[in-house]
Amino acid sequence: MEILNYIHDNLAEKKNLPDFRPGDNVEVYYKIIEGAKERIQVFRGDVLQIKGHDSHRTFTVRKLSNGVGVERIFPMASPNVADVKILKRGKVRRAKLYYLRELVGKKAKIKEKKYKK
Amino acid sequence: MNGLVGKKIGMTSIYDASGSNVACTIIEALPNYVTQVKTSESDGYNAIQVSFGSRKEKNVSNALLGHYKKAGVAAGQKITELRDSTLEKKEGDAITVDEVFEEGDIVNAIGSTKGKGFQGVVKRYNFKGVGDATHGQHNRQRAPGSIGAASTPSKVIKGMRMGGRTGGNRVKIQNLEILKIMPEKHLLLVKGAVPGFKGSLVIIEK
Repeated sequence: MEILNYIHDNLAEKKNLPDFRPGDNVEVYYKIIEGAKERIQVFRGDVLQIKGHDSHRTFTVRKLSNGVGVERIFPMASPNVADVKILKRGKVRRAKLYYLRELVGKKAKIKEKKYKK
Repeated sequence: MNGLVGKKIGMTSIYDASGSNVACTIIEALPNYVTQVKTSESDGYNAIQVSFGSRKEKNVSNALLGHYKKAGVAAGQKITELRDSTLEKKEGDAITVDEVFEEGDIVNAIGSTKGKGFQGVVKRYNFKGVGDATHGQHNRQRAPGSIGAASTPSKVIKGMRMGGRTGGNRVKIQNLEILKIMPEKHLLLVKGAVPGFKGSLVIIEK
């Protein structure tokens, strides 16, 4: 275990992703390598879940594309996840928002969290 | 053959340069100490004999202890011979990870597979079993099926695959890539799986 931790501490890229949570609306900047070229693709949607531990953490982002639900799973430690931007903070009452998959239209909307200033 | 004896620590995954997640085995290869150098003149073949790990002196036989003392090496866990090594070493020298390997090298891993005890043919030889689960059938699902013809030859031919002791064999896995070397902790990360339990000893050869 000690050795495993040592490897992850040394090999995992240190990244400063913002502290986003399930329910947040985020933009994920994902690096795509095409031959010699590298470009960044943006995936915008709601964070459904964050799972895993240490360097194996992943998060799932769901969006509606032409009326079809699309989900992508991103590993937190992947060098291809360049950045994550939080657009809206969601007000949700659970950690895994699987129930959103069943809902459409206005019911599938996540209420925005209002901050007291 | 150049190589090292190491201890299997376990498996994990790391990201390679292209960003893909690769499964790898961690091997802790503490310095191996040369206990004897064999040459074709004196022994009939060329090899270096190395010792891995450590053991209390009281647990080592006097004969073996004398052998260690002669080389000036502390008593070890396992002694292995590396045939036709190109490393120029004397008795008592240490062989470390970064001397033998480089990142990207293609290596073989030799170890003992996990012992599985007495197993049937489905697990042992990947037989499919016989027949259905339903339609009145019973107790045939993991059966071997026919083991030969009847009165001619009226015997079961030798080498017929049947149940028996499984695993615990010495196995060589070829063409594994070295993904990473961490000489400060004597660690090797080898792509893919390596035979044996966590904590078992493996020989990594180039």
